[in-house]
Amino acid sequence: MPAPIRLRELIRTIRTARTQAEEREMIQKECAAIRSSFREEDNTYRCRNVAKLLYMHMLGYPAHFGQLECLKLIASQKFTDKRIGYLGAMLLLDERQDVHLLMTNCIKNDLNHSTQYVQGLALCTLGCMGSSEMCRDLAGEVEKLLKTSNSYLRKKAALCAVHVIRKVPELMEMFLPATKNLLSEKNHGVLHTSVVLLTEMCERSPDMLLHFRKVWILVPQLVRILKNLIMSGYSPEHDVSGISDPFLQVRILRLLRILGRSDDDSSEAMNDILAQVATNTETSKNVGNAILYETVLTIMDIKSESGLRVLAINILGRFLLNNDKNIRYVALTSLLKTVQTDHNAVQRHRSTIVDCLKDLDVSIKRRAMELSFALVNGNNIRGMMKELLYFLDSCDPEFKADCASGVFLAAEKYAPSKRWHIDTIMRVLTTAGSYVRDDSVPNLIQLITNSVEMHAYTVQRLYKALLDDISQQPLVQVSSWCIGEYGDLLVSGQCEEEEPIQVTEDEVLDVLEGLLVSNLSTPVTRGYSLTAIMKLSTRFSSVNRIKKVVSIYGSSIDVELQQRAVEYNALFKKYDHMRPALLERMPIMEKTASNGPTEIVQTNGETEPSVPDTKHPPLVTQPANQANDLLDLLGGNDVVPVIQTTLPTKPASAGGELLDLLGDLSLSSGPAPAPSVPISQPPFLLDGLSSQPLFNDISAAIPPMTAYSKNGLKIEFTFERANPNPNIAVITIHATNTTEADMTEFVFQAAVPKTFQLQLLSPSSNMVPALNQGSVTQVIRVLNPQKQQLRMRVKLTYTHKGSPVQDLAEVNNFPPQSWQ
Amino acid sequence: MIKAILIFNNHGKPRLIRFYEYFAEDVQQQIIRETFHLVSKRDDNVCNFLEGGSLIGGSDYKLIYRHYATLYFVFCVDSSESELGILDLIQVFVETLDKCFENVCELDLIFHMDKVHFILQEVVMGGMVLETNMNEIVGQVELQNRMEKSEGGFSAAPARAVSAVKNINLPEMPRNINIGDINIKVPSLSPF
Repeated sequence: MPAPIRLRELIRTIRTARTQAEEREMIQKECAAIRSSFREEDNTYRCRNVAKLLYMHMLGYPAHFGQLECLKLIASQKFTDKRIGYLGAMLLLDERQDVHLLMTNCIKNDLNHSTQYVQGLALCTLGCMGSSEMCRDLAGEVEKLLKTSNSYLRKKAALCAVHVIRKVPELMEMFLPATKNLLSEKNHGVLHTSVVLLTEMCERSPDMLLHFRKVWILVPQLVRILKNLIMSGYSPEHDVSGISDPFLQVRILRLLRILGRSDDDSSEAMNDILAQVATNTETSKNVGNAILYETVLTIMDIKSESGLRVLAINILGRFLLNNDKNIRYVALTSLLKTVQTDHNAVQRHRSTIVDCLKDLDVSIKRRAMELSFALVNGNNIRGMMKELLYFLDSCDPEFKADCASGVFLAAEKYAPSKRWHIDTIMRVLTTAGSYVRDDSVPNLIQLITNSVEMHAYTVQRLYKALLDDISQQPLVQVSSWCIGEYGDLLVSGQCEEEEPIQVTEDEVLDVLEGLLVSNLSTPVTRGYSLTAIMKLSTRFSSVNRIKKVVSIYGSSIDVELQQRAVEYNALFKKYDHMRPALLERMPIMEKTASNGPTEIVQTNGETEPSVPDTKHPPLVTQPANQANDLLDLLGGNDVVPVIQTTLPTKPASAGGELLDLLGDLSLSSGPAPAPSVPISQPPFLLDGLSSQPLFNDISAAIPPMTAYSKNGLKIEFTFERANPNPNIAVITIHATNTTEADMTEFVFQAAVPKTFQLQLLSPSSNMVPALNQGSVTQVIRVLNPQKQQLRMRVKLTYTHKGSPVQDLAEVNNFPPQSWQ
Repeated sequence: MIKAILIFNNHGKPRLIRFYEYFAEDVQQQIIRETFHLVSKRDDNVCNFLEGGSLIGGSDYKLIYRHYATLYFVFCVDSSESELGILDLIQVFVETLDKCFENVCELDLIFHMDKVHFILQEVVMGGMVLETNMNEIVGQVELQNRMEKSEGGFSAAPARAVSAVKNINLPEMPRNINIGDINIKVPSLSPF
């Protein structure tokens, strides 16, 4: 069998391939040759073959058949073999393959090899891909090498120890004694890796951190090393662009940051050196700036004195004016981190930041946008909003969604006047309407309803916008809703804020019908416009036209439209006496914004079309990530990530079971009674901002009651009143179990009469431990607008001693205070 | 921690790939393609930092890259690394390559992929920076290469024989002594 070709030959051959297919052919041929060579157990050429295999692996071809060969190479005595073997192991193997464990013995032997380079190879491989078993077995060897005087091995051992600690955190203590002497090394490589090791230990274990602070008193040691670096003058060995070992300086600064965080003594000890570094470092090259950047971050993070903080922010301000894009980017990032704590200082640089919005660089623009939103406050809202809206007009599509949400949030918090607010929203809808998130439509509708005096103005502007452009769905949806509600104001020309326009009823109906037939309208939009047309039947006089439209859509292919049209038709025919009451003006909707996580509402009977509401639950997961970024900016340190609490069962099926439960407490979805205040989905973005507890008012006045007690399961109700709305009673159930066996898969369901509305939040767990060792809690919120006596039917299902148990019960003994 | 180091040329062909976290093979190739796509769109006068693509990790990861002639050097790092520091590290790495290969160019990286890996191993280990002193790195690599040479390197043909033949003062020295044709079965060399 001819000797396998050399790596160089292979590469040359592959490079001559002109097409992907040709390349694949060559590689397959070579793979076959390599495979047969492996089968022959040829020791001399094995390393050559594995090298070729690694090259082909880099190009993307499968190379797993070489894994065992790598192991054979590692076991060989030759350095060449070991070198390629270990490289192959690192590239081809990982802890998911069982084969990797075979390496352990080889590595163990090589860690004790006489040649330092072989030891180095073994350390490197262990440090890159060692699994937890391997690390556990070999930690002792690594620790031994950590104490050697050979600096080449010592630095590798330090990084290997970091990997071991990451894989097996319990072994951290083992490395502690060896780490003690590491900082007294002269060799910079060892110093560098030791600082990395110490950093890793501090970040993993708060106990270790305390130990380093108090017992070892690391900070003065590090300060001394840093001082030597700065003062030592020119040392050709470690010099990078005129600064002595900037990498080590940066590492030490980072470790100082961790040590000084929230600790006064340590912070004080480093104040001087930080000031020294900040003022003495040369900033003409990137290395100097890297050190300054790290210094600034450290100053901001520890408990530094105010003079130092001002110095830091000024450095950042200087960075912002630097020509180098990287520096500007880095400055914006750090300002973003410090804007909550040192808000005023950052405000001073606001104009520079706003200028960065116009930068060509995408990364800088994004940072500047986030920072601008963080800097918006009551004083600068008008100016900032102008800039931000201009940015919204001209920015890339990837920014538009975030920018739009940011604008809405800022406008909501700081709007100087209602008219300004509505104008801003309209501007956003017209410029970036298609990028606006879907949950903003209900928010806007709520906002518009609440600004009573602006109704006429709003509907007029929206109508004009609709005439111009019907492609942006959120705008169209809001507009058609408003026209439906306030169409009478539009036609009568009552606007005070601006020149009223002359519109006839027919023109309005033309526009709305246009939406229904247009290809640009989504089904949701069509639903909105059909409902709007229906509402106008009580506000306009030309009812016949409306009747005609509604009856046409009674045979629409779209099921949703068809259902609506049929129901509205029924309104005209059989329930005409109820029509005015049903379609009258919507009352002011309450914002239930101050409660934490969003809940899924289980309502019994609704008036508003359910389509926009049910779109909420699936949508909230996607905006969560983007919303959280903004929330981090605006909400400060106490932001609670918005948690999705969903019922374990899907709402639809649970609803079905409840219907069974209720029986005589009938749940009909026919013509609903007079529109009650719908509990609207709390504006999603605002939820996380106020991390208030869920229950604002724990009134001890309402006594708890036992709702159910049977077969060892006891359920107790405790009451609170939710502050903003006195009609809502919040009940917490506590389920306890006095039997000796646990109750698993515990599900609590409840149903209430038609005039109430019920929300069930998710339970704390679904297992009630035996012998009262713990309890399951779940929160129920009941809306009782008519102040009727609260009655509830509960259904319990659980598994007890292996057999499923199900029970129904009625709860009638609610204390009067809970529903009055 | 450095998650990955990628070197590819202006057309996206990989010249060196090193991942410090496990990714399946096809995911690795996807990451290379995605990174190339992101990085090649960038103008030369914008900043060298990019938010990472969706494949290589979430919001914590950044791509820090430098463009030298026909090659892109991309380091994918998480927030524990200083961005400006990594830029300097890339510079140190490239200068080291320059010292080891004498005026390094893309061809050197193509034909000596394994050597580049070995050099990288002295700079970054397990995703963490090991050594930043250029002379130190070059020195270590030299010593190891010398060890390899003394064993005969990859060719596995007796190097001494080759050098002996090369030193014979023949009137006409063939340009390339192509040992590949000769079928020599060489017993494995005894360990030192």
